[in-house]
Amino acid sequence: MRFVDEYRDAEKARALAAKIAALCEPGRHYKFMEVCGGHTHTIYKHGLEDYLPESVSLVHGPGCPVCVLPMGRVDDAIALAEQPDVIMTSFGDMMRVPGGRGSFFDSSAAGTDIRMVYSPLDALKVARQNPDKHVIFMAIGMETTTPSTAMTVLRAAAEGIENFSIFCNHVMIVPAIKAILDSPDLRLDGFIGPGHVSTVIGCRPYEYIPAEYGKPIVTAGFEPLDILQSVYMLLQQLAEGRCEVENQYSRVVPWDGNTVALRAVSEVMELRPYFEWRGLGFISHSALQVREKYAAFDAERHFALPGVRVADPKACQCGEVLKGVLKPWECKVFGTACTPEMPIGTCMVSSEGACAAYYNFGRFSRQRIREVSIESSRA
Amino acid sequence: MTHPDTAHQQADWAEAAVAEHDGGHTDVHAAPGTEHTSREQLVLERIDRARRARPRVREKLITLAHGAGGKATQSLIEAVFLDAFRNPLLEPLEDAATVTAGDARLAFTTDSYVVSPLFFPGGNIGDLAVNGTVNDLAVSGAKPAHLSAGFILEEGFPVEDLRRIVASMAAAATAAGVSIVTGDTKVVQRGKGDGCYINTAGVGLIPDGLNLGVATARPGDVVIVSGPVGDHGITILLERGELDLQADLVSDTAPVHELVHGLLDAVGPDVRAMRDATRGGVATILNEVATAAGVAVVVEENAVPVRTEVRGACELLGIDPLYVACEGRIVTIVDPGAADAAVAALQAHPLGAGATVVGRVAADPPGLVLLKTGFGGTRIIDLLVGDPLPRIC
Repeated sequence: MRFVDEYRDAEKARALAAKIAALCEPGRHYKFMEVCGGHTHTIYKHGLEDYLPESVSLVHGPGCPVCVLPMGRVDDAIALAEQPDVIMTSFGDMMRVPGGRGSFFDSSAAGTDIRMVYSPLDALKVARQNPDKHVIFMAIGMETTTPSTAMTVLRAAAEGIENFSIFCNHVMIVPAIKAILDSPDLRLDGFIGPGHVSTVIGCRPYEYIPAEYGKPIVTAGFEPLDILQSVYMLLQQLAEGRCEVENQYSRVVPWDGNTVALRAVSEVMELRPYFEWRGLGFISHSALQVREKYAAFDAERHFALPGVRVADPKACQCGEVLKGVLKPWECKVFGTACTPEMPIGTCMVSSEGACAAYYNFGRFSRQRIREVSIESSRA
Repeated sequence: MTHPDTAHQQADWAEAAVAEHDGGHTDVHAAPGTEHTSREQLVLERIDRARRARPRVREKLITLAHGAGGKATQSLIEAVFLDAFRNPLLEPLEDAATVTAGDARLAFTTDSYVVSPLFFPGGNIGDLAVNGTVNDLAVSGAKPAHLSAGFILEEGFPVEDLRRIVASMAAAATAAGVSIVTGDTKVVQRGKGDGCYINTAGVGLIPDGLNLGVATARPGDVVIVSGPVGDHGITILLERGELDLQADLVSDTAPVHELVHGLLDAVGPDVRAMRDATRGGVATILNEVATAAGVAVVVEENAVPVRTEVRGACELLGIDPLYVACEGRIVTIVDPGAADAAVAALQAHPLGAGATVVGRVAADPPGLVLLKTGFGGTRIIDLLVGDPLPRIC
């Protein structure tokens, strides 16, 4: 298949792996964080770690929008769905995210009208088809999905649709990366930057990372060769003593981002003073809310929300996993109390969550597999 | 937005789940000096024990996941149905039960059909209902003989549509050499059903000397699929029109009894097990093999036949074709010595023209299905928790 297979070529991967191994200084250990959950998914889905030397480890960052949604916000969304004559619409990966009282799936089974949609425009379509109901779109995501939410609000305003609003939970990756950089636990050598987010915001917003924190960052695409190449580029920077923002994903990411999309977002939304991130706590200026001008489309203004914070379960270590301090399997409840069937932490819910990716794709000993395949090739 | 000072609430369900799993586990943090891999190994063993624990249904209400064919369905079957009905004939949980009548061994199976939409490229709920049950009998090694048909119809459903469905069932029955010998009809009020649901049950005669079962797979065996996977599921998904995607695809719904008998005639004693890859796809079947036989199944991603249209749709939607339903494909596990003959026997039938070896059975690690990815890495293929595509059959 064109535009896919060329980025999954095993031969090219072997060549890159050899170059990566050659760049590693003996005795030195490298730790890179892939910020984006999409990268985490790719790494596990394609078994990319098999190509990395043992001295290079990838840690999984906070770039999974579902994973960082605090339980209290899920409860608020369910409270919205429970309002009379409301249809809640949501992306599919939100359906199983647990709140303090269960998930959208549980709420739907109990009788609320929660429908899966593939885009916010589909939610608007539901509003047009159900003029006697109020349709709410559960707006989640980082900078990648924010523009489509904003465009949908603009479309609803232009069409004069009165029975539609969004429950805005859009967050921003740059303040989250900064929070991680400020964390005392941090021991990272560089970042694999989020590709899809960067198609919207460009690469400039990352310039503070090398400038102020002295860490290189390479914005990367989502095919396995993209990620392998970005690891190579990071190692190259370290080997050459450079520290800068580089763009591996230039086939899609313009350096200055998408100005049309950014304009739509700033027309409809503004910064919140602070927002709670699951596992990371409150981060200043890290999320967006609907501007007063578009108050008619803001579910938070339409309805009274319970707004009760739900404490993360004591045993849950999502925060350490999201910061890259712990590997998923190092969490105390990983795979026992917390599984994809019954996720306690959100990292176990979405296919982009580090714990779900490890549990579903990587739950075996690579060492053991190597030994087995060597034995069977001898036999 | 909630203020940082707002009173906290506990997620009681989560604390309860943690408490239930507490105690008796090795704390992997206890020994920071230990080798990384051995600590990881401890965790893997701990997870393995947790997975072997008796399944439970924790939900208070049925959710769509319980019908998806993955882990939730399995828990519901084992914790609710098997627990209540437990008997030696049911316990293997094969596609069909083997019952005896005098000296004869019969395969007996049932299946309900709730596909939406009712009509789709390549078929409709009627031929699906006949082929699905015929196939469950066929892959049990039986010669399908007689079927029942139960209809649950919604008030207001067009009789003309019912005629089309029934005509397709009659044609499918003739093609499969079975007769529909008993039936039932119920009508529910408008809004209480979705047009038409069908249940079929079937019986067939199992020839002497045939003992198929996924638990009989052994290391070295090869895994064969009879053709491209995922056609049915993706056809239904596209036909629903919610995605504004179009492709020239038709469902693969077909009776596989002739294909199966061709295979059994050629290499019968060397066939360990056969399954038709319906809901949950090839991945779910291979997990059943790995679990039932206590073996590993290793699949080569590049060897799995997938049509370009199906692969394209799966890429766009983030679905793995290995989980997508087929309605006319079989997966078979055969002795390595019979692999070539088995593939040739399948290819001799039009439904098996695309038959090919996709993987092999290994001893280690037991209970896991591993995929050698096209990219050259290794990963697990696990059972799905939910279903990306509800009401596919």
